[in-house]
Amino acid sequence: MNRRGRLIATLVAVLAALLLQVTVLPHFAWDVGGLGVVPDLVLLVVVATAVATDTRFATLTGFWAGLLLDIAPPADHLAGRWALALMVVGYVVGRLVHDNAGDPGGAGAGSRFGRLGTRRPPLPLALAAAAGGSFVGTSVFALSGLLLGDSAAAVGDLLPVALIALLLDVVAALVVVPATLGLVRRAAHDGLPRASQRIRVRA
Amino acid sequence: MAIDTRPPKAPVRRTSTSRDPERDSGRPPRSLVLALVLACAALMVVDKAGGDSSPVDPVRRVVGEIVGPVQAGVSTVVRPLVDLPGALRTNGGLRDDVRRLEAENADLRGRLGKAGYDDQRLAQLEGLRAMAGDLGYALVPARVIAIGPAQSFSSTVTLDAGSDAGLRPDMTVVAAEGLVGRITSVTAHTATVLLIVDDSSRVGGRIGDNMELGFVSGHGTLGTDDRLEMELADRNVVPKVGQPIVTWGSEGGSPYVAGVPIGTIGKVYESLRDTSYRAVITPGVDFTALDLVGVVVPSGTEGRVIEADGSYRS
Repeated sequence: MNRRGRLIATLVAVLAALLLQVTVLPHFAWDVGGLGVVPDLVLLVVVATAVATDTRFATLTGFWAGLLLDIAPPADHLAGRWALALMVVGYVVGRLVHDNAGDPGGAGAGSRFGRLGTRRPPLPLALAAAAGGSFVGTSVFALSGLLLGDSAAAVGDLLPVALIALLLDVVAALVVVPATLGLVRRAAHDGLPRASQRIRVRA
Repeated sequence: MAIDTRPPKAPVRRTSTSRDPERDSGRPPRSLVLALVLACAALMVVDKAGGDSSPVDPVRRVVGEIVGPVQAGVSTVVRPLVDLPGALRTNGGLRDDVRRLEAENADLRGRLGKAGYDDQRLAQLEGLRAMAGDLGYALVPARVIAIGPAQSFSSTVTLDAGSDAGLRPDMTVVAAEGLVGRITSVTAHTATVLLIVDDSSRVGGRIGDNMELGFVSGHGTLGTDDRLEMELADRNVVPKVGQPIVTWGSEGGSPYVAGVPIGTIGKVYESLRDTSYRAVITPGVDFTALDLVGVVVPSGTEGRVIEADGSYRS
Protein backbone atom coordinates (compact mmCIF):
# COMPACT_ATOMS: atom_id res chain seq x y z
CA MET A 1 0.00 0.00 0.00
CA ASN A 2 1.34 3.39 -0.95
CA ARG A 3 0.61 5.23 2.24
CA ARG A 4 2.27 2.55 4.30
CA GLY A 5 5.29 2.62 1.99
CA ARG A 6 5.51 6.36 2.38
CA LEU A 7 5.33 6.05 6.16
CA ILE A 8 8.03 3.38 6.32
CA ALA A 9 10.30 5.32 3.98
CA THR A 10 9.95 8.44 6.12
CA LEU A 11 10.65 6.47 9.28
CA VAL A 12 13.79 4.97 7.78
CA ALA A 13 14.95 8.38 6.56
CA VAL A 14 14.40 9.99 9.96
CA LEU A 15 16.24 7.23 11.82
CA ALA A 16 19.18 7.27 9.40
CA ALA A 17 19.35 11.06 9.62
CA LEU A 18 19.34 10.95 13.41
CA LEU A 19 22.18 8.43 13.55
CA LEU A 20 24.28 10.27 10.96
CA GLN A 21 23.72 13.57 12.70
CA VAL A 22 25.07 12.53 16.08
CA THR A 23 27.72 9.97 15.14
CA VAL A 24 29.26 10.79 11.77
CA LEU A 25 28.77 14.51 11.22
CA PRO A 26 30.34 15.83 14.45
CA HIS A 27 33.70 14.81 12.99
CA PHE A 28 33.16 17.27 10.14
CA ALA A 29 31.40 19.96 12.14
CA TRP A 30 31.80 23.72 11.75
CA ASP A 31 33.55 24.69 14.95
CA VAL A 32 32.12 27.79 16.62
CA GLY A 33 33.90 27.06 19.86
CA GLY A 34 32.50 24.39 22.10
CA LEU A 35 30.83 21.78 20.01
CA GLY A 36 30.45 22.11 16.28
CA VAL A 37 27.41 23.09 14.28
CA VAL A 38 26.38 20.19 12.10
CA PRO A 39 23.82 20.11 9.30
CA ASP A 40 20.47 19.30 10.83
CA LEU A 41 19.65 16.20 8.81
CA VAL A 42 16.44 15.34 10.64
CA LEU A 43 15.14 18.82 9.92
CA LEU A 44 16.05 18.42 6.26
CA VAL A 45 14.18 15.12 6.08
CA VAL A 46 11.12 16.88 7.48
CA VAL A 47 11.53 19.66 4.90
CA ALA A 48 11.84 17.11 2.11
CA THR A 49 8.72 15.37 3.38
CA ALA A 50 6.88 18.68 3.43
CA VAL A 51 7.94 19.43 -0.14
CA ALA A 52 7.20 15.97 -1.47
CA THR A 53 3.99 15.08 0.32
CA ASP A 54 1.13 16.96 1.89
CA THR A 55 1.18 19.34 4.82
CA ARG A 56 -0.69 17.06 7.16
CA PHE A 57 1.79 14.23 6.76
CA ALA A 58 4.72 16.65 7.07
CA THR A 59 3.36 18.15 10.28
CA LEU A 60 2.95 14.72 11.83
CA THR A 61 6.40 13.62 10.60
CA GLY A 62 7.92 16.76 12.10
CA PHE A 63 6.26 16.06 15.42
CA TRP A 64 7.47 12.46 15.68
CA ALA A 65 10.93 13.16 14.33
CA GLY A 66 11.31 16.01 16.80
CA LEU A 67 10.12 13.82 19.64
CA LEU A 68 12.73 11.24 18.69
CA LEU A 69 15.40 13.94 18.60
CA ASP A 70 14.24 15.08 22.04
CA ILE A 71 14.52 11.77 23.81
CA ALA A 72 17.26 9.87 21.98
CA PRO A 73 20.71 10.26 23.55
CA PRO A 74 22.68 12.56 23.83
CA ALA A 75 19.70 14.92 24.15
CA ASP A 76 19.44 16.43 27.61
CA HIS A 77 17.11 19.38 27.07
CA LEU A 78 13.41 19.48 27.91
CA ALA A 79 11.43 17.00 25.85
CA GLY A 80 9.07 18.54 23.32
CA ARG A 81 11.26 21.43 22.17
CA TRP A 82 12.47 19.86 18.93
CA ALA A 83 9.02 18.29 18.50
CA LEU A 84 7.48 21.76 18.49
CA ALA A 85 10.21 23.19 16.25
CA LEU A 86 10.07 20.46 13.62
CA MET A 87 6.29 20.36 13.69
CA VAL A 88 6.24 24.07 12.90
CA VAL A 89 8.81 23.48 10.15
CA GLY A 90 6.69 20.73 8.60
CA TYR A 91 3.56 22.86 8.75
CA VAL A 92 5.06 26.14 7.55
CA VAL A 93 7.12 24.64 4.73
CA GLY A 94 4.21 22.46 3.66
CA ARG A 95 1.77 25.38 3.57
CA LEU A 96 4.18 27.71 1.77
CA VAL A 97 5.20 25.19 -0.85
CA HIS A 98 1.74 23.86 -1.61
CA ASP A 99 -0.19 27.13 -1.36
CA ASN A 100 2.11 29.57 -3.11
CA ALA A 101 4.32 27.69 -5.49
CA GLY A 102 1.42 26.22 -7.40
CA ASP A 103 2.24 22.80 -8.64
CA PRO A 104 5.94 22.40 -7.83
CA GLY A 105 6.37 19.73 -10.42
CA GLY A 106 5.15 21.98 -13.20
CA ALA A 107 3.96 20.06 -16.21
CA GLY A 108 6.75 17.55 -15.76
CA ALA A 109 6.74 14.16 -14.19
CA GLY A 110 5.57 15.50 -10.85
CA SER A 111 2.08 16.62 -11.70
CA ARG A 112 1.11 13.10 -12.47
CA PHE A 113 1.77 12.12 -8.88
CA GLY A 114 0.20 15.19 -7.36
CA ARG A 115 -2.98 13.42 -6.44
CA LEU A 116 -1.13 10.57 -4.86
CA GLY A 117 0.72 12.74 -2.44
CA THR A 118 4.28 12.80 -3.72
CA ARG A 119 5.81 15.21 -6.21
CA ARG A 120 9.16 16.06 -7.64
CA PRO A 121 9.98 19.70 -6.92
CA PRO A 122 12.68 21.75 -8.69
CA LEU A 123 15.96 22.01 -6.80
CA PRO A 124 15.85 25.78 -6.10
CA LEU A 125 12.48 25.34 -4.43
CA ALA A 126 13.84 22.52 -2.29
CA LEU A 127 16.87 24.62 -1.32
CA ALA A 128 14.75 27.64 -0.45
CA ALA A 129 12.49 25.39 1.61
CA ALA A 130 15.54 23.95 3.39
CA ALA A 131 16.91 27.42 4.17
CA GLY A 132 13.59 28.69 5.46
CA GLY A 133 12.89 25.50 7.37
CA SER A 134 16.34 25.56 8.94
CA PHE A 135 15.97 29.13 10.14
CA VAL A 136 12.46 28.59 11.46
CA GLY A 137 13.36 25.31 13.16
CA THR A 138 16.53 26.52 14.85
CA SER A 139 14.85 29.74 15.91
CA VAL A 140 11.78 28.05 17.36
CA PHE A 141 14.01 25.61 19.23
CA ALA A 142 16.26 28.38 20.57
CA LEU A 143 13.35 30.63 21.53
CA SER A 144 11.51 27.82 23.32
CA GLY A 145 14.70 27.30 25.31
CA LEU A 146 14.82 30.99 26.21
CA LEU A 147 11.16 31.02 27.24
CA LEU A 148 11.46 27.93 29.41
CA GLY A 149 14.79 28.95 30.88
CA ASP A 150 16.30 25.72 29.57
CA SER A 151 19.23 27.33 27.78
CA ALA A 152 21.10 30.28 29.20
CA ALA A 153 22.60 31.39 25.89
CA ALA A 154 21.87 35.01 24.96
CA VAL A 155 19.95 36.02 21.85
CA GLY A 156 23.11 37.54 20.39
CA ASP A 157 24.82 34.18 20.67
CA LEU A 158 21.91 32.30 19.13
CA LEU A 159 21.88 34.22 15.88
CA PRO A 160 25.35 33.30 14.54
CA VAL A 161 24.68 29.64 15.30
CA ALA A 162 21.33 29.79 13.55
CA LEU A 163 22.95 31.43 10.50
CA ILE A 164 25.82 28.96 10.29
CA ALA A 165 23.32 26.14 10.71
CA LEU A 166 21.30 27.64 7.87
CA LEU A 167 24.34 27.71 5.61
CA LEU A 168 25.29 24.12 6.41
CA ASP A 169 21.69 23.00 6.03
CA VAL A 170 21.46 24.45 2.53
CA VAL A 171 24.66 22.65 1.54
CA ALA A 172 23.48 19.39 3.07
CA ALA A 173 20.07 19.84 1.47
CA LEU A 174 21.71 19.35 -1.93
CA VAL A 175 22.23 15.72 -0.96
CA VAL A 176 19.64 14.97 1.69
CA VAL A 177 16.52 16.36 0.04
CA PRO A 178 16.92 14.52 -3.31
CA ALA A 179 17.83 11.34 -1.43
CA THR A 180 14.77 11.56 0.80
CA LEU A 181 12.54 12.44 -2.14
CA GLY A 182 13.84 9.46 -4.05
CA LEU A 183 13.28 7.18 -1.09
CA VAL A 184 9.76 8.40 -0.42
CA ARG A 185 8.82 8.32 -4.10
CA ARG A 186 10.12 4.85 -4.63
CA ALA A 187 8.38 3.56 -1.53
CA ALA A 188 5.13 5.30 -2.40
CA HIS A 189 4.97 3.96 -5.92
CA ASP A 190 5.82 0.36 -5.35
CA GLY A 191 2.19 -0.69 -5.37
CA LEU A 192 -0.19 -0.65 -8.29
CA PRO A 193 -1.36 2.78 -9.40
CA ARG A 194 -4.73 3.69 -8.05
CA ALA A 195 -7.75 3.97 -10.27
CA SER A 196 -7.84 7.74 -10.00
CA GLN A 197 -4.23 7.98 -11.06
CA ARG A 198 -4.75 5.76 -14.05
CA ILE A 199 -7.60 7.92 -15.22
CA ARG A 200 -5.48 11.05 -14.78
CA VAL A 201 -2.61 9.64 -16.76
CA ARG A 202 -4.84 8.65 -19.61
CA ALA A 203 -6.47 12.04 -19.65
CA MET B 1 -22.83 63.71 -16.79
CA ALA B 2 -22.74 61.12 -14.14
CA ILE B 3 -19.39 60.08 -12.98
CA ASP B 4 -18.89 56.44 -12.65
CA THR B 5 -17.92 56.09 -9.01
CA ARG B 6 -17.64 52.39 -9.08
CA PRO B 7 -14.12 51.21 -8.55
CA PRO B 8 -12.48 49.90 -11.64
CA LYS B 9 -13.05 46.24 -11.95
CA ALA B 10 -9.93 44.53 -10.83
CA PRO B 11 -9.11 41.37 -12.67
CA VAL B 12 -10.07 38.51 -10.44
CA ARG B 13 -6.89 37.04 -9.12
CA ARG B 14 -7.33 33.34 -9.00
CA THR B 15 -5.08 31.88 -6.43
CA SER B 16 -3.74 28.46 -6.86
CA THR B 17 -5.89 27.25 -4.01
CA SER B 18 -9.12 28.28 -5.66
CA ARG B 19 -8.00 26.86 -8.96
CA ASP B 20 -7.37 23.42 -7.65
CA PRO B 21 -9.25 22.51 -4.52
CA GLU B 22 -7.78 19.04 -4.60
CA ARG B 23 -4.36 20.37 -3.71
CA ASP B 24 -5.60 21.35 -0.29
CA SER B 25 -6.72 17.88 0.56
CA GLY B 26 -3.42 17.40 2.40
CA ARG B 27 -3.79 20.46 4.61
CA PRO B 28 -4.06 19.42 8.24
CA PRO B 29 -7.21 20.49 10.05
CA ARG B 30 -6.69 23.31 12.51
CA SER B 31 -7.63 20.99 15.36
CA LEU B 32 -4.73 18.65 14.53
CA VAL B 33 -2.19 21.48 14.47
CA LEU B 34 -3.55 22.82 17.72
CA ALA B 35 -3.49 19.37 19.30
CA LEU B 36 0.15 18.85 18.31
CA VAL B 37 1.22 22.27 19.60
CA LEU B 38 -0.56 21.60 22.87
CA ALA B 39 1.05 18.15 23.06
CA CYS B 40 4.49 19.75 22.69
CA ALA B 41 3.69 22.38 25.29
CA ALA B 42 2.33 19.78 27.69
CA LEU B 43 5.42 17.63 27.23
CA MET B 44 7.73 20.56 27.93
CA VAL B 45 5.80 21.58 31.02
CA VAL B 46 5.65 18.03 32.35
CA ASP B 47 9.36 17.56 31.78
CA LYS B 48 10.24 20.90 33.36
CA ALA B 49 7.93 20.46 36.34
CA GLY B 50 9.16 16.91 36.92
CA GLY B 51 12.73 18.10 37.35
CA ASP B 52 15.00 15.25 38.34
CA SER B 53 12.19 12.70 38.57
CA SER B 54 10.58 13.69 35.29
CA PRO B 55 8.13 11.14 33.83
CA VAL B 56 9.94 11.55 30.51
CA ASP B 57 13.10 9.99 31.95
CA PRO B 58 11.91 6.35 31.69
CA VAL B 59 11.05 6.99 28.03
CA ARG B 60 14.47 8.52 27.44
CA ARG B 61 16.00 5.48 29.05
CA VAL B 62 14.09 3.02 26.88
CA VAL B 63 14.95 4.93 23.71
CA GLY B 64 18.54 5.14 24.86
CA GLU B 65 18.67 1.37 25.30
CA ILE B 66 17.65 0.96 21.68
CA VAL B 67 19.51 3.83 20.02
CA GLY B 68 22.68 3.62 22.11
CA PRO B 69 23.98 0.30 20.75
CA VAL B 70 23.22 1.42 17.18
CA GLN B 71 25.14 4.64 17.76
CA ALA B 72 28.04 2.62 19.15
CA GLY B 73 28.00 0.39 16.07
CA VAL B 74 27.93 3.27 13.59
CA SER B 75 30.62 5.06 15.56
CA THR B 76 32.89 2.01 15.46
CA VAL B 77 32.53 1.79 11.69
CA VAL B 78 33.02 5.51 11.13
CA ARG B 79 35.97 6.14 13.45
CA PRO B 80 38.73 4.73 11.21
CA LEU B 81 37.18 6.43 8.15
CA VAL B 82 37.27 9.78 9.89
CA ASP B 83 40.95 9.37 10.60
CA LEU B 84 41.70 8.73 6.92
CA PRO B 85 41.82 12.36 5.66
CA GLY B 86 44.70 13.07 8.06
CA ALA B 87 46.69 10.19 6.67
CA LEU B 88 46.00 11.29 3.11
CA ARG B 89 47.06 14.87 3.76
CA THR B 90 50.41 14.00 5.29
CA ASN B 91 51.30 11.81 2.33
CA GLY B 92 49.88 14.06 -0.37
CA GLY B 93 53.25 15.58 -1.33
CA LEU B 94 54.99 12.24 -1.24
CA ARG B 95 52.56 10.75 -3.70
CA ASP B 96 53.34 13.37 -6.33
CA ASP B 97 57.12 12.96 -6.01
CA VAL B 98 57.27 9.22 -6.07
CA ARG B 99 54.83 8.32 -8.79
CA ARG B 100 56.27 4.94 -9.56
CA LEU B 101 55.94 3.96 -5.90
CA GLU B 102 52.29 4.80 -5.89
CA ALA B 103 51.09 1.31 -5.24
CA GLU B 104 53.52 0.82 -2.42
CA ASN B 105 52.73 4.26 -1.14
CA ALA B 106 49.03 3.50 -0.94
CA ASP B 107 49.81 0.43 1.09
CA LEU B 108 52.08 2.43 3.40
CA ARG B 109 49.50 5.12 3.72
CA GLY B 110 46.96 2.64 4.93
CA ARG B 111 49.40 1.26 7.46
CA LEU B 112 50.52 4.70 8.54
CA GLY B 113 46.98 5.88 9.13
CA LYS B 114 46.25 2.87 11.23
CA ALA B 115 49.52 3.10 13.16
CA GLY B 116 48.94 6.77 13.98
CA TYR B 117 45.45 5.93 15.13
CA ASP B 118 46.69 3.10 17.32
CA ASP B 119 49.49 5.24 18.77
CA GLN B 120 47.01 7.92 19.63
CA ARG B 121 44.72 5.46 21.36
CA LEU B 122 47.65 4.01 23.27
CA ALA B 123 48.73 7.47 24.37
CA GLN B 124 45.21 8.25 25.52
CA LEU B 125 44.98 5.04 27.48
CA GLU B 126 48.38 5.70 29.09
CA GLY B 127 47.19 9.18 29.97
CA LEU B 128 44.10 7.75 31.61
CA ARG B 129 46.21 5.30 33.62
CA ALA B 130 48.40 8.13 34.80
CA MET B 131 45.31 10.12 35.69
CA ALA B 132 43.90 7.20 37.69
CA GLY B 133 47.18 7.02 39.60
CA ASP B 134 47.25 10.77 40.27
CA LEU B 135 43.67 10.91 41.46
CA GLY B 136 43.74 7.76 43.55
CA TYR B 137 40.42 6.65 42.13
CA ALA B 138 39.50 3.79 39.83
CA LEU B 139 38.42 4.71 36.29
CA VAL B 140 36.11 2.95 33.86
CA PRO B 141 37.41 3.65 30.34
CA ALA B 142 34.75 4.66 27.83
CA ARG B 143 34.57 6.19 24.39
CA VAL B 144 32.52 9.08 23.12
CA ILE B 145 30.08 7.68 20.58
CA ALA B 146 27.72 10.60 19.94
CA ILE B 147 28.02 14.35 20.22
CA GLY B 148 25.10 16.75 20.53
CA PRO B 149 24.98 19.49 17.87
CA ALA B 150 25.57 23.12 18.77
CA GLN B 151 22.05 23.92 17.63
CA SER B 152 20.79 22.26 20.80
CA PHE B 153 22.68 24.87 22.84
CA SER B 154 23.64 22.29 25.42
CA SER B 155 26.98 20.52 25.46
CA THR B 156 26.32 16.83 25.93
CA VAL B 157 27.98 13.68 24.63
CA THR B 158 27.15 9.99 24.86
CA LEU B 159 29.58 7.36 26.20
CA ASP B 160 29.56 3.70 25.23
CA ALA B 161 29.47 2.47 28.82
CA GLY B 162 26.42 2.48 31.06
CA SER B 163 24.96 1.01 34.19
CA ASP B 164 26.22 -2.44 33.18
CA ALA B 165 29.77 -1.12 33.61
CA GLY B 166 28.89 0.28 37.03
CA LEU B 167 28.17 3.87 35.96
CA ARG B 168 25.53 5.97 37.68
CA PRO B 169 24.35 9.57 37.33
CA ASP B 170 26.52 12.22 39.02
CA MET B 171 29.82 10.45 38.46
CA THR B 172 32.86 12.44 37.38
CA VAL B 173 34.14 12.03 33.82
CA VAL B 174 37.79 12.79 33.10
CA ALA B 175 40.12 12.59 30.12
CA ALA B 176 43.89 12.26 30.22
CA GLU B 177 44.18 16.07 30.11
CA GLY B 178 41.66 16.86 32.82
CA LEU B 179 38.02 17.21 33.81
CA VAL B 180 35.40 16.54 31.13
CA GLY B 181 32.05 16.70 32.95
CA ARG B 182 29.59 14.65 34.89
CA ILE B 183 27.11 11.93 34.00
CA THR B 184 23.51 13.11 33.93
CA SER B 185 21.76 9.91 32.92
CA VAL B 186 22.64 6.31 32.13
CA THR B 187 21.13 3.43 30.22
CA ALA B 188 22.40 -0.15 30.35
CA HIS B 189 25.04 0.50 27.67
CA THR B 190 25.30 4.26 27.33
CA ALA B 191 25.72 7.30 29.53
CA THR B 192 24.97 10.95 28.78
CA VAL B 193 27.62 13.39 29.95
CA LEU B 194 27.11 17.10 30.60
CA LEU B 195 30.39 18.81 29.67
CA ILE B 196 31.79 21.46 32.00
CA VAL B 197 31.63 24.03 29.18
CA ASP B 198 27.82 23.80 29.18
CA ASP B 199 26.32 26.98 30.54
CA SER B 200 24.35 25.13 33.20
CA SER B 201 27.49 23.53 34.61
CA ARG B 202 29.11 24.80 37.80
CA VAL B 203 32.15 23.14 39.29
CA GLY B 204 33.87 23.96 42.54
CA GLY B 205 37.46 24.80 41.67
CA ARG B 206 40.56 25.90 43.50
CA ILE B 207 43.73 27.59 42.35
CA GLY B 208 46.41 24.94 42.62
CA ASP B 209 49.14 27.33 43.86
CA ASN B 210 47.44 28.97 46.82
CA MET B 211 44.41 26.73 47.41
CA GLU B 212 41.96 29.63 46.93
CA LEU B 213 38.40 28.48 46.27
CA GLY B 214 36.00 29.55 43.57
CA PHE B 215 33.37 28.39 41.15
CA VAL B 216 34.08 27.44 37.56
CA SER B 217 31.07 27.87 35.33
CA GLY B 218 30.63 27.03 31.68
CA HIS B 219 29.92 29.77 29.20
CA GLY B 220 27.76 27.92 26.77
CA THR B 221 28.98 26.31 23.61
CA LEU B 222 29.91 29.54 21.93
CA GLY B 223 33.05 31.59 21.43
CA THR B 224 36.39 29.92 21.05
CA ASP B 225 38.05 31.69 23.99
CA ASP B 226 35.77 32.48 26.89
CA ARG B 227 34.46 29.00 27.45
CA LEU B 228 35.08 28.59 31.18
CA GLU B 229 34.99 31.26 33.83
CA MET B 230 35.99 31.24 37.47
CA GLU B 231 34.69 33.49 40.21
CA LEU B 232 36.77 33.48 43.34
CA ALA B 233 35.15 33.27 46.74
CA ASP B 234 37.70 35.57 48.36
CA ARG B 235 37.46 38.94 46.66
CA ASN B 236 40.90 40.05 47.80
CA VAL B 237 42.74 37.35 45.92
CA VAL B 238 44.06 38.35 42.50
CA PRO B 239 44.28 35.38 40.16
CA LYS B 240 47.31 35.29 37.89
CA VAL B 241 47.57 34.10 34.32
CA GLY B 242 48.99 30.60 34.08
CA GLN B 243 47.92 29.35 37.50
CA PRO B 244 46.48 25.81 37.36
CA ILE B 245 42.89 25.16 38.44
CA VAL B 246 41.81 21.86 40.01
CA THR B 247 38.47 20.69 41.41
CA TRP B 248 37.95 20.90 45.14
CA GLY B 249 35.50 18.07 45.17
CA SER B 250 31.95 17.51 46.33
CA GLU B 251 30.71 15.69 49.36
CA GLY B 252 31.22 11.95 48.86
CA GLY B 253 32.95 12.54 45.53
CA SER B 254 29.68 13.13 43.72
CA PRO B 255 29.27 14.67 41.22
CA TYR B 256 32.92 15.84 41.19
CA VAL B 257 35.89 14.24 42.94
CA ALA B 258 38.69 16.41 44.28
CA GLY B 259 41.99 17.20 42.61
CA VAL B 260 41.12 16.78 38.94
CA PRO B 261 42.86 19.41 36.80
CA ILE B 262 40.40 21.65 34.97
CA GLY B 263 42.76 23.97 33.11
CA THR B 264 44.89 27.06 33.55
CA ILE B 265 43.97 30.71 33.94
CA GLY B 266 44.10 32.34 30.52
CA LYS B 267 42.89 35.89 31.23
CA VAL B 268 41.88 37.88 34.27
CA TYR B 269 39.18 40.56 34.29
CA GLU B 270 38.40 42.91 37.10
CA SER B 271 34.67 43.17 37.60
CA LEU B 272 34.06 46.73 38.88
CA ARG B 273 30.42 46.13 39.67
CA ASP B 274 31.06 43.10 41.85
CA THR B 275 34.46 44.32 43.09
CA SER B 276 35.77 40.85 42.40
CA TYR B 277 37.97 39.19 39.83
CA ARG B 278 36.81 36.96 37.04
CA ALA B 279 39.27 34.54 35.54
CA VAL B 280 38.84 32.94 32.14
CA ILE B 281 40.03 29.35 32.22
CA THR B 282 41.70 27.65 29.29
CA PRO B 283 40.43 24.08 29.66
CA GLY B 284 42.99 21.31 29.52
CA VAL B 285 40.64 19.11 27.52
CA ASP B 286 39.92 19.70 23.85
CA PHE B 287 36.16 19.25 23.90
CA THR B 288 35.87 19.01 20.13
CA ALA B 289 38.27 16.06 19.96
CA LEU B 290 37.02 13.95 22.86
CA ASP B 291 37.50 10.25 22.33
CA LEU B 292 38.70 8.06 25.18
CA VAL B 293 37.55 9.23 28.60
CA GLY B 294 37.43 7.69 32.05
CA VAL B 295 34.59 7.66 34.55
CA VAL B 296 35.57 7.80 38.21
CA VAL B 297 34.09 4.80 40.03
CA PRO B 298 34.57 3.35 43.51
CA SER B 299 37.61 1.09 43.69
CA GLY B 300 36.76 -2.57 43.26
CA THR B 301 33.96 -2.04 40.72
CA GLU B 302 33.35 -5.09 38.55
CA GLY B 303 34.18 -5.07 34.83
CA ARG B 304 36.81 -3.20 32.84
CA VAL B 305 38.45 -0.86 35.33
CA ILE B 306 41.76 1.00 35.52
CA GLU B 307 42.67 0.84 39.20
CA ALA B 308 44.49 3.61 41.03
CA ASP B 309 47.77 1.65 41.05
CA GLY B 310 47.73 1.63 37.22
CA SER B 311 46.68 -1.99 36.85
CA TYR B 312 44.07 -2.71 34.22
CA ARG B 313 41.39 -5.34 34.77
CA SER B 314 39.18 -6.43 31.92
